[in-house]
Formats: sequence, C-alpha cells, structure tokens
Amino acid sequence: MTTATQDKTSYREADGDWPSGGGQEGYRESHYGEEQYGGRGSQNGGKGGLLGDPERIATALGWFSVGLGLAQLASPRGVSRLIGVSESEENRKTMLAIGMREMASGVGILTQSQRAPWVWSRVAGDAMDLALLGRGLNSRNTNRNRLAAATAAVVGVTLLDYLTSQQLSRRSNGRASTQARQDSGIQVDKTITVARPPEEVYRFWRDFSNLPRFMAHLESVQVLDDRRSRWKANAPAGTTVEWDAEIVEDREGESIAWRSLQHADVHNWGSVRFSPAPGDRGTEVRVQLRYEPPGGTLGAIVAKLFGEEPGQQVAGDLRRFKQVLELGEVVHSDASVHRGMHPAQPSDRAPLAQQTQGGM
Amino acid sequence: MKANCWEGKRTVRVEDVPDPKILNSRDAIIKITSTAICGSDLHLFNGFIPTMEKGDILGHEFMGEVVETGKAVKNLRVGDRVVVPFPIACGACNMCQRDLFSLCENSNPNAWIAEKLMGHSPAGLFGYSHMLGGYAGGQAEFARVPFADVGPLKVPAGMPDEQVLFLSDIFPTGYMGAEMCDIKPGDVIAVWGCGPVGQFAIASAKLLGAERVIAIDRFPYRLEMARDKAGATEIINYEEESVLERLKELTGGRGPDACIDAVGMEAHGHAAIYAYDRAKQALMLESDRPIALREAILACRPGGVVSVIGVYGGFVDKFPMGPLMNKGLTIRSGQTHVHRYMQPLLEHVQRGAIDPSFVITHRLRLQDAPKGYDMFNHKRDNCEKVVLSA
Repeated sequence: MTTATQDKTSYREADGDWPSGGGQEGYRESHYGEEQYGGRGSQNGGKGGLLGDPERIATALGWFSVGLGLAQLASPRGVSRLIGVSESEENRKTMLAIGMREMASGVGILTQSQRAPWVWSRVAGDAMDLALLGRGLNSRNTNRNRLAAATAAVVGVTLLDYLTSQQLSRRSNGRASTQARQDSGIQVDKTITVARPPEEVYRFWRDFSNLPRFMAHLESVQVLDDRRSRWKANAPAGTTVEWDAEIVEDREGESIAWRSLQHADVHNWGSVRFSPAPGDRGTEVRVQLRYEPPGGTLGAIVAKLFGEEPGQQVAGDLRRFKQVLELGEVVHSDASVHRGMHPAQPSDRAPLAQQTQGGM
Repeated sequence: MKANCWEGKRTVRVEDVPDPKILNSRDAIIKITSTAICGSDLHLFNGFIPTMEKGDILGHEFMGEVVETGKAVKNLRVGDRVVVPFPIACGACNMCQRDLFSLCENSNPNAWIAEKLMGHSPAGLFGYSHMLGGYAGGQAEFARVPFADVGPLKVPAGMPDEQVLFLSDIFPTGYMGAEMCDIKPGDVIAVWGCGPVGQFAIASAKLLGAERVIAIDRFPYRLEMARDKAGATEIINYEEESVLERLKELTGGRGPDACIDAVGMEAHGHAAIYAYDRAKQALMLESDRPIALREAILACRPGGVVSVIGVYGGFVDKFPMGPLMNKGLTIRSGQTHVHRYMQPLLEHVQRGAIDPSFVITHRLRLQDAPKGYDMFNHKRDNCEKVVLSA
C-alpha cells in the first residue's frame, strides 16, 4: 500500500514552506486504500464486500465445522457412506481424525477474537480433504458419483473459506495500519469533476466561509483577512476544535493551498487545484488534505472526527461541494438526513440538513 | 400515513409512518392515487439486494396529486396530477445533460456505498436500498419527490391512472430494451421473460418495426399474454423445449438479430443449471443467477445485440465471454432513462397505439400490499401485475 503517512522529520523540513508533496509535480492521485478500512460495526463496513460481512460468514463457517465435526465423530461410517467411500476401518479412523480437526477449527473460529488464523486452518483442512478425496476417486471401492458430489462441495467451501480468511486477515491488518496512521498523520487525496467553469469553482472555494456548506465536520470558517481564517470543527460529545489557518498559495482560477498556524492543536495542510475538464465537462477538482493530530485525548477526538475512513469523509465533502455548485444546495434522502443508519422513511425529527445547508 | 415497509427477507408490512416533508427546495409532496409492485421489488423482497434496512418504504412506480411544492419548483402547482419516474435525476450534472438520467451524479447521497460495489454510483432510486439513495418509496399514501421540476410528468385530464401509471418504469424500461436493439426492417427479436417488463419489451419491439418477436417464459398464462396482448409472433416455453434449438429453427439457423434479457438476477432454468446457480448464490459465491443472460448470448446471431434490462445486483459466474467476443456481440444495458421516454410514450398511449393497462391482473388496496407481494412472488392466481390504490 502506498504509505500516506508523513513522519515528523519531513514535517520539520517542510516547516515554513508548503510540503513538497503538495506541489504541482509530486502530486499523487492515491486513492488511499479506503476499502481496507471498513471497520467492524461501523456504518460502512457492516454490509461488507462481495461476500457480505466476513465476520458473519466466519460465524457460519464455525458452526458448519462444529456440525460436520460432530457428525464425523458420532457416525464416521455414516459420513463415509454419504460421501461414497468404503466403510473400512482405515476410513473410519481417518474420518474420526477429520472430525477432531473440524471441531478444533469450529471452536477456534467461534470463541477466539482473532478469527482469521482459525479460518485459515479450515483452508488447510480443505486442502487435505481434497487430497484424500482425490485419492478416493482413484480407489476401486468407491461410489464415484457420491464422491464427485462431495468433492464439488468441498471445492465450493474451500473457495468460501479462502475468501473469508483473506478478508479477515486484510481487516486485521487494516486495523493495525489505521492505528499507525493515527500516530503519525493522515493524508487524503480526492478528486471530482464539477460541471462549472474553473473560475467559478475557484471563487466559491476561495471564500472559505463557504466550506462548512459542504464539509460535514466543519461548523464555521471565519475569514479574518486576505490570508488568515479561523476554523471551527465539530467534535464528538458536543465539543469543538478550533485553529487558525493561513493561505500559502493562491493562483486565481487554478489552485489554493492553506495550512494551520504554529499554535494550532491539529497541524493541518490543504490544497485544492482546479483544471478545465476536457470537452464541456467543467472543472476537475483535486483536493489534498493532511492532518497531524497530536497524541492523547485531543488526538483521539480528532481521529474520531475523521472517522475510520478519512478518505470517505473527504469524498462525501466533495460530492456535496459538487451538489452545491451544480444545484445550489446539498441533496438529501430520507436515509441521509440524519446521522447513522436508519430506515428510508420520513422522520419526525428535524433534519440535520440545516448544518450542511448553512446559509442557504 | 400508511406505507408498505420492508421488514426483512420475504416480509413486508403496511405501517404507520410520519408524513413526508420538503427537505430540498426542488421537492414536491405527492398524494399517491395509484402505485404498483414491480418485478424488481421482488429482488428486494427475496433479499437479493444488499443495504436494505428494516422499515424502508418500498415502491418506485407511483403517481398522484401534488399537495405541496418546494420554493424552487415553478412548473407544478398544488392539484396537478403527475406520474413520477423511478430514477431521481437533478437535470444539471454532466450525465443528466447528456440525457443519461438514471446515471445522475447528484441524486444518490449514499453514492459511496455504490462506488464500493460498482466503482461509480448510478442515480438514486425511490424505495430501492440505501446503496441507491435511501429514499422512501411510493407504496404509501404520500411521497416526497426530489427534483420535481425535472422528473414528474403532468397527466392530461381525462386519462385514467391505469393508462399512465406504467410510464413511471415498466413501459419505458421495455421500450428502452427494444430501442437498444437498433431494430431494422426484417429483424427478429427474442425476449427472455414475459413479466410486465418483458410484455412491454415485446410490444415496443413491434412498435419499433420488428418483423417477428419471440417470447420465452415458463408460465403458459404469461406466454399467452405475450402472444395475445403484447404481439409476440412465436412463444417458447423453456420447460417444454430447448430454447437454443427452437430459436435456430425459427430463424433458419441465423439466431435472433437481438436478444432482450427481461429477467435479471433471479432467473430460473433447467434443473441442473438452476441448482448450480442457486447453490452458488446460497454460498455467496455469486450474487446473481444469470441463466437467461447466458442463454441470450449463446442464442444471439453473430454481430447482434444483447439488451439487458432485467436487474442485476452484483456478480455472476460462468459468464460466456468467449461466445460474446468471438461472435462480435454488443451488450447494451442500464437502468432506464425514464425521463427521456415519458412524453413520447404518453403520446403513443394518447393516439391509441398501445394501452399499457393490458398487463394488470390484480387490483388491490395499499393495505393489501403484503398479499400482493406474496401472490406476485409465487405467480399465484396467474398474477402478472399488481396495482395498489391508496
């Protein structure tokens, strides 16, 4: 994965100057592993990728292991008959051994907090089973049809085991690197096309007091003078975080860059570039944001502020930015009008809309 | 108000929910007079579309009377009768400007979910999962209609609901399916699926000048409707004969010039292949069963078009890429750009070229929506199309 973290050293080198990554040449279009951070139980990851939630599938596989293991231990000959191998003493022993293995995998998956290794143990078991079934297919005392059906079933479940364990492993790695990232900084690169000319898009952004209209976590930005502004962001539990920022680059119709001033609690930089999209498609907007949250409580608040998926947060902000420019307001559905998952039906609560619609 | 809500796999319930409110300046609130159950609602009902929440209001085929408008809506007045297109489109973004309304870039506030699954997000839809917007649907007494200055079509006085209701989805969907076939004189079109969309695909292929239209299904009552009402020239019951062989026989070995898949992700087929896809779906190794689509690709004549209007949600297995490539086929597909078709199709109805109400087999009250879902899902009582009146 492209590392999006920035260490302290390069920050000091860059201090007093726009960090080189924000310059025109070094600009990276890294879409920054968003999907790897689908946190367990967070609003996003819950429903999961192609397979559905791997945690839920793992649970199902765990119970499957336990069930199969019990059957093999209780009636090894019955299972042999079912899959079409002969009911010899050797096969009975093999079946008992496999049953024990299944029980171990199943109990491991269902009881251990780190489930990935236990699901991987199923993959290893699958490989063993396939080898045994392959041997069985070459043996004379077998029911070929039943054995072929059993093999097909094992191939299917092997694939499921493999995909699930892969996803679980990726998730636990994802959690680890989220942590690492929070220790040393967050960088996000995002881009969107807006069907308006670059000059207009630039002008709207250049008036920083417009930013809270589409940046969900910002409460206000007060423009102090031509270069300086005071930013106020909402933090959990009704608290706010404030900092002052200054503009460090301003090219009309092309780009704006800003950074927090020295005494800010949360060091941060941002840049936005505007370039004409081909044909009559408007403006390509490229945003790069970097935050360097301090440790301790404040760091934790900031980390929460940007959620587990800072990239997604910024992508949402840009989508709302596009809506405000193209339509004049942020578009709401029944399910987007309040925070958190809730059914798509009208609500009696006042819409949260006003916040992101501020000033409309 | 009363609304039909999704309460989990194969469970819908009519519940009391708050009335809708204006949330954006271009919204209108509609008092619904007629609303229908769509075949694609059954994919939600059967739990094949991800990101549904308990309590989501279903329904995307509806019409009614305007009772309130947002301050930016200038074209509608309280009391106007309108029919509402199922995709929500802003009219201003690059996609809408190119008449690709079902791909509106601004109407899905939950675009990020769809982007994870598909790379990009299509338009938001009424009552069709959180991934596609999280908008309350129209199987209710009232609905909030965003971008009311872009979508809703005013209904001329004197036209009954049943003649115009299907302009919201299934008539334009069938029509777009046929239009994507680039029908030329002498063309033979085959249509998989004789549900309501298939019926309109057949009727539209005839309207667009197809020489012959072959209808494929397994329910005799649907095949009869296709032949007697929609205008199919031949019918094939795939449970009785081989579709591929019969199509070759009917086309002198050439194959149909274009094939329309009006079935989608919950296809049925012959026992073995159906069992295979059903099992893979159950194990979550594929999300959709593309049985009709595979067959359409194999049946289509070289250089022909396969037009996909049946709804797919995710990923399919054993996709016949080799036949598609080597036969030089063109696949065209999409959620319907309904906004494009409403006015011209209304004119077809007005001049009597078609009466869309021919598909209706059941008329129920909104309160009976659960009964309607159950009947439609199991094809009981020769059910083809259920219309609910509020």
